[in-house]
Amino acid sequence: MALLEVRDVTLRFGGIVALDGVSFGVEEGHISGLIGPNGAGKTTAFNVITRLYKPDSGEVTLEGKSILRQPAYRIVGKGIARTFQNIQLFKTMSVLENVLIGAHGRGRKVGEMEAFEVLDFVGLRDRAHSPAAALPYGIQKRVELARALVAKPRLLLLDEPAGGLNHEEVAELGVFIQRIRDDFALTVLLVEHHMNLVMSISDHVNVLSFGRTIADGPPAQVQADPAVIEAYLGSDDDDDEPPATAPVEPDPPTEGDEA
Amino acid sequence: MTARTTRIIGFVAFAAFVAFVAVLPSFIGDFKAREYSYVGIYLIALLGLNILTGYTGQISLGHGAFMAIGGYTTAILMAGNEQFGGPISGGMKDVWTLPIAGLVAGLVGLAFGIPALRLSGLYLALATFAIAVAMPSTAKRFEEFTGGGSGIQLFGTPELTGSISNVEIFGLSFSPNDWMYYLAWSIALVAFAVAWLILRGRTGRAFRAVRDSEIAAVSSGVSLARYKTLAFAISAAYAGVAGGLFVIASAFINPDAFPVALSIYLLVGIVVGGLGGLSGLVFGAIFIAFLPLWAQGQDLGSLLPDRIIAETQKPGGPAMVYGIVLILLMFAIPNGVGGLFRRIGQLISSRRYSRAK
Repeated sequence: MALLEVRDVTLRFGGIVALDGVSFGVEEGHISGLIGPNGAGKTTAFNVITRLYKPDSGEVTLEGKSILRQPAYRIVGKGIARTFQNIQLFKTMSVLENVLIGAHGRGRKVGEMEAFEVLDFVGLRDRAHSPAAALPYGIQKRVELARALVAKPRLLLLDEPAGGLNHEEVAELGVFIQRIRDDFALTVLLVEHHMNLVMSISDHVNVLSFGRTIADGPPAQVQADPAVIEAYLGSDDDDDEPPATAPVEPDPPTEGDEA
Repeated sequence: MTARTTRIIGFVAFAAFVAFVAVLPSFIGDFKAREYSYVGIYLIALLGLNILTGYTGQISLGHGAFMAIGGYTTAILMAGNEQFGGPISGGMKDVWTLPIAGLVAGLVGLAFGIPALRLSGLYLALATFAIAVAMPSTAKRFEEFTGGGSGIQLFGTPELTGSISNVEIFGLSFSPNDWMYYLAWSIALVAFAVAWLILRGRTGRAFRAVRDSEIAAVSSGVSLARYKTLAFAISAAYAGVAGGLFVIASAFINPDAFPVALSIYLLVGIVVGGLGGLSGLVFGAIFIAFLPLWAQGQDLGSLLPDRIIAETQKPGGPAMVYGIVLILLMFAIPNGVGGLFRRIGQLISSRRYSRAK
C-alpha cells in the first residue's frame, strides 16, 4: 500500500475545475515527481493534501487512513510537512524562530538543540539569529526546508524547490533532496518545472494536465508517453517538428511563475 | 548582539525601570502621582491590545469596550446594583474585584474571538469598532445593572481603599494618591512581566506566526482558531483589569467613562509605542495619558511660545495640536518608540561589530 494515496479528487473553484478526478499514489521511501504544465493543478493538489483546501469529492489517505477529516493544522502532526512555491516565511522572525515554529505541531518538548541540528543539516547554523526577511532568496528557501524538516515528517512536499536557482544550484539541490530522503528516512513528493531535476532523482513521476492525471510511471516511461509530450508541447496537428523525447531540457524562466 | 546579551540588557533595563517607578512619587508630588497612575493603567490596556494587534495581527478598535466591561464588573462588585433594582449586593474590596474584572472581560473577549475568526483586516476592525460604539448605549439600556446614565458612585464607599484617609500597608503609610499610583503600577509591572513570559516562548511564537503568514502557520501545526481566540481572551482580560483600575482611580463609572474615542486612543497608543514590542508601550501610555493635557498647553506652558499657547486655548485648539503632534511623531518614528529602541540597539551592535573587525 502506498504511503499517500490520492483517489478521484475533484475540486472546483466556482466554475473552474481545478482538479478533475485526480488519482495518484506515493510509495514509502520514494522520491516522487508531480509535474505538469502551468495551471495543471499541482500546487492545488498540494493544498488538498495539506488540507488547506477541502476537495468536493474524492479521498486522500496517509497509510490507508483518511486525512480529509483532519483540520489543516493537524496535518503536519500526522506526518506531512511542506514548503511553498512562493516563500512563506515568518518574515519578522529570526531563522531559528522560523525553524522552532516548524516544530510547533510536535509539542513543547522540541528545543533549540534540535532546531540547530536541522540548521546544521541545511548549512544555516551561523544564520540562526538573522532576520529571515533579510536573507537572499535561495537561503530563504533553505530556511523553509529546515522548518519543514524539524517537524520530522514522513512525507515531505516540496513545491518547486528549484525555482529561482541557477544550473549549478539545481544540480546540488538534486543531491541534497536525495540526502534528505536518506538521512531523515522520509518520502518526498516534488512539484517541479526543472525536468532534468525531476527525471534524474525521481523514482516515480505523476503527470497532471488540466486537473487530470494523464500519466504515471518511472521517469523514462513518462518521458516517452505521447500524452505527456502532447500536454507539454501541444497537439501534433499544427506541429511539424515532432518531439523525439519528452521535454528534458531545462525550462525557460517564464515557466516558473505558476501562481 | 547575541540573544543572551540582549536578554541581560532587557533585565537590567526592566529592573532600572521598576526602581524608577518606585521612587518617582517622591519627586513629582502627591497630586501628580494620581495622574501618573493612569499611565500605568493605560500601559496594562496597551500590553493587552498589543498581544492581539501587534503580535497576532488582529486589529481591535473595540478595546475601550473591554475596559468598560472590566470597569462595570469592578464597580458592581464593590457598590452592588441593588439600589437600581439589580441582583448584586456588592461589598467586595476594590483590589479583589480586579481578577474578576479581568476574568469577565476575558470571557467576553473569548466569546467575541470565536465569530471574529471568520473576519480579517478591515472587517475585523469594523466588527470590533461596533462593540465600542454599542457599549455606552448598552450600559444605559441595562439600567438595573449599571445605574444607567448616571452610573455608579464609589467615592467614600468603604470598599474603596484610601478614598479619604491614608492607606496603611506593610507598616507604611500611603496618601490616597500615592496608594493609587503604587497599586496601578504594581499591577502594570506584573502585567508587563506576564506578557513577556507569554510572548517569549512557544505561545508567543505561534501568535507571531499567525500574524506573519497564516498559511505557513497552519502548515506548521499552529491552530489559527486556538491562537486567535486565545489572543482575544488574554487581550480582553488585560483590558478588563485596566478598566477595573480605571474605575477605582476615578472612583465612579458611567457610560461615558469609556467612549468610542478611547478605543481609538488605545490603538494610537500601541502604534506610538511600537507594534510587536513591549517596552515602547510605556511611551504609548504616557502619550495617551498626557498628550490631551499637553495639547491644552497646561503642562508645557513655560516651554512653548505664548502665541502657540494662545492658539491651543482657542476652541478646537487642543485637538489640532494633538493631531499635529501625532502626524509629526509618525514621520519621525514610523515604527513607534519600540522601533526606535531596536534601531538604536542595531546601531550600537553594528558599531561594536565593525570595531571588532
